Amino acid sequence: MNLLTKALTKSLWVFHLSTGSCNNCDIEILDCLTPRYDVERFGIVLAGSIKHADVLLVTGIGTRKNAKRIQKLYQQMPKPGFVVAIGACSCSGGIFRDGYPMAGPISSLIPVDVWIPGCPPKPEAIIAGLVSLLGKLK
Amino acid sequence: MEKKKKVVVPIGPYHPLLEEPEYFALYCDGEMVVDVEWEAGYNHRGIEKLCESKSWDQVTFLVERICGICSTSHPIAYVNAVEDLAKVEIPERARYIRSIIGELERIHSHLLWVGLAGHFLGYNTVFMWAWKYREPVLDIFELVTGNRQSYAMMKIGGVRRDVRDEDIPVIRKVLDELKPKLEMLTQAVLDDPVLAARLKGVGVLTAQDVKDYGAVGPTARASGVKIDVRKDSPCAAYDLVAWQVITCQEGDVFAKAVVRLLECFESIKIIEQCLDNLGKNKGPIEVEVREIPPGEGIGHYEAPRGEVFHYVRSDGTNRPVRHKIRAPSFVNIPTFRASCLGQTISDVAIILAGVDPCYCCTERMLTVYQADNRRKIMDGREVIRLCQEKTEKLREKMRKR
Repeated sequence: MNLLTKALTKSLWVFHLSTGSCNNCDIEILDCLTPRYDVERFGIVLAGSIKHADVLLVTGIGTRKNAKRIQKLYQQMPKPGFVVAIGACSCSGGIFRDGYPMAGPISSLIPVDVWIPGCPPKPEAIIAGLVSLLGKLK
Repeated sequence: MEKKKKVVVPIGPYHPLLEEPEYFALYCDGEMVVDVEWEAGYNHRGIEKLCESKSWDQVTFLVERICGICSTSHPIAYVNAVEDLAKVEIPERARYIRSIIGELERIHSHLLWVGLAGHFLGYNTVFMWAWKYREPVLDIFELVTGNRQSYAMMKIGGVRRDVRDEDIPVIRKVLDELKPKLEMLTQAVLDDPVLAARLKGVGVLTAQDVKDYGAVGPTARASGVKIDVRKDSPCAAYDLVAWQVITCQEGDVFAKAVVRLLECFESIKIIEQCLDNLGKNKGPIEVEVREIPPGEGIGHYEAPRGEVFHYVRSDGTNRPVRHKIRAPSFVNIPTFRASCLGQTISDVAIILAGVDPCYCCTERMLTVYQADNRRKIMDGREVIRLCQEKTEKLREKMRKR
């Protein structure tokens, strides 16, 4: 393990990207940051800009209007960067997969490292996903 | 002043302030905002079109996913619309359960807003505290409905699950514990000099503005306009219990916060009365609806953000022919033009958050224009073309199988 990944496992900074979601997964992500679940104990902090982040948390189906912007944001992420798809929508399209604005699923737009299914996934599931990402890095 | 001399400050589409992708352009003259523009469509998921391809019962689950925060208001409005169409009278026990779920959702949504408002002001203590107090409410949801969000409780003709007798004391206990915490939070917000300095007199929306823009919900009630669908056209059990509509006169962001916090207490009052009545009403929780006759129906419900309206049309088959949804933020967001102009850039963030905008609820429209150059972003024909392309693709897929 080189110094970079070792430092990365101590403090993952995440950026939250909603790509046409229903807010459910988004408020569960925020739930993870608040006192009951508190992912900050793993060194995980919400970053305000993609340029400060190591992990991209993607929710939502990836609508046509968003598709280009998702790719652009992924390019702007400093590497090594990781993508976590949260929720049934970003994993597979979920209930909206037959809709006309669907450009995703996210894995067809950008490479995804961890999938967390569920509608919405419970905060415990999100934490388990992020911890498994940490395990993957180690 | 000419428009080209103004400075444009873009907010979005991906911005730390916004939970959802949305674009605001603030035209500024120095520090002062002189014009606001809003571009939507990032969250458009084609729900109305998808509804037409699902059976009446399946649509309940789809409309639940319009918005995760008010995820029981849309199903209540939808089942109201279908029951209006099919002329179904639901049992009393189901009415109480609907109100309980709806009001619990209001408490969680209002606490969520108070927290986010604190976060937007850079006052993260409020954010953490409000969200901590919100957790027990989500625990009740998990106990009663099986899920923290997206409860799947509504059903045409009643509710899907019963509230078990052994759960009622647990709900009461949680609510009793929540009351002193809410009182403390309300007092903390009301007495805080920092919050008063940041929120009082900021983003004032007069009662006339509310009428002009047709604003609904806490946004209207904070300006002294007493409208509430629960009182004006009661559904569920709202006419069977005693409660009050909370209003404030000032119309600024502070008044909006006060209205929301005080509404939480009214919600607790409603839930407690409904729980009392659940003990007395041991009837069925649903009536069987075998078929939906041709015709049209409307249903509305007071979501935490205001009135949500659903319209359905049937031709007698097992699917709606047309399903129209109007969410509260659709009328609340344009009030930015009245409340933001003349304010400083630093205040605009909290004014935008003040109406509790929910963009994923709002994005139902088909034609989108940009205001200054009338550039069409997407119109009805474009959408129909996309639909046809998609159908063609699906057909191709099925042929291959």
